[in-house]
Amino acid sequence: MEHPLTQYLPIAVVFGLAGVMAVAIPFLAGVLGPRTRTVMKGEAFEGGNAPMGSARQRFAVKFYVVALLFIVFDIEAVFLYPWAVNFRALGWFGYATMLVFAATLVVGLVYVWKKGALDWES
Amino acid sequence: MTDFTHGALYGGGIITVIMTLVALALWGERKMAARMQSRLGPTLVGPFGLLQPVADVLKLLQKEDIVPDEADRVLFNLAPPLGAIGALAVAAVVPFSASIIGADLDAGVLYLLAIGALGVLPVFIAGWGSNNKFALLGAMRAIAQSVSYEVPLVLAALVPVILTGTMKVSAIVEYQAQHHWLIAWPFFLGVPAFVLFMLAMLAESNRIPFDIPEAESELVAGITTEYTGMKFALFYMAEYLHTLIASAVAAALFLGGWDGPFAPGLHWMAAKTLGLFAFVYWVRWTLLRFRSDQLMALCWRWLVPTGVALVLGAALWVVFVG
Repeated sequence: MEHPLTQYLPIAVVFGLAGVMAVAIPFLAGVLGPRTRTVMKGEAFEGGNAPMGSARQRFAVKFYVVALLFIVFDIEAVFLYPWAVNFRALGWFGYATMLVFAATLVVGLVYVWKKGALDWES
Repeated sequence: MTDFTHGALYGGGIITVIMTLVALALWGERKMAARMQSRLGPTLVGPFGLLQPVADVLKLLQKEDIVPDEADRVLFNLAPPLGAIGALAVAAVVPFSASIIGADLDAGVLYLLAIGALGVLPVFIAGWGSNNKFALLGAMRAIAQSVSYEVPLVLAALVPVILTGTMKVSAIVEYQAQHHWLIAWPFFLGVPAFVLFMLAMLAESNRIPFDIPEAESELVAGITTEYTGMKFALFYMAEYLHTLIASAVAAALFLGGWDGPFAPGLHWMAAKTLGLFAFVYWVRWTLLRFRSDQLMALCWRWLVPTGVALVLGAALWVVFVG
């Protein structure tokens, strides 16, 4: 009788109510708050001086390395979760398989470490 | 009761309770922080200053909402509501007691982690949309930190899943009620996994000692630099929500959730959650903040290898002992 998607119904309700609230609060503040615009108020804050240039400049490549590392290890996690649930049925064979998989990733982490990608300051 | 009324009732109830709790938690944190610094904290508004959060909201509602000229208006206005929605939505699958749970998903743990991780997006939207150097720098740091600590968080949450063999949050708590709390047995897996989860959780919700994204001595206020009034408050609220709900998740996954003697389940769950929450704020008012490089090194050199070892250890335990 129960459709499998009905268990997601409360989630939809929570999302909906949270959305209404999160939109209503700033809207209400916009209605109730004063509006006295000046040129100075519209400037981006940069320690009191007029902002110099755009904020959207090039940034350190380190952040890119972090993102790459994250993708590798998060995909590992994606594979680990189904394994964790079906683990009892798979037994030693499943364990050995996952050991090989994890070992490959650990080798990768060691390589990245030795290459110095984890040294933030270099 | 039909599915629809159940969903609407529990969804609405959970949001109401969580929002009230956040208001009280704000008061509680200020009182606690004040006591730690030999002050009194809020005392004027209401008994023991309990109505202080209400007064704060009323005050903030009257503040001017400033959008910088250079900012991307759409993104700038989009970020605060998104942050609050993402933080609130996680609460839908938290089991408050054996019968009070919004949605008891089969893939509950996955939902918690996935929706919890969405909190990164509003941070970057805010940083980029503000078009402010401090905000963008804060956003970059916040994302580097959040995605890095996502890995140990996911690995730590995997340990209870392996030990209990299910991703259903209520089933994990049920297992702990019938056997042992995972932090008690096997403690050599449960305790490190719990510590790892708490550390990663602190970093995910940008709490001290991991609050580098908004290090006020370097970055003014990080991503919230350009935000005023209620929009700033929404970010602030999302942070509290995140900490509160993550405390509830940690209590459910490792501390046996609603399981406990003498008192009803809801009381135990509330006590454990608020205990962890108070601990987070105790840490906040006690420790200093890490440096950015120390933070990343701690994550990738210590926490990630520990997490992988814990997952494999938990699997070994299940194969040997059952």
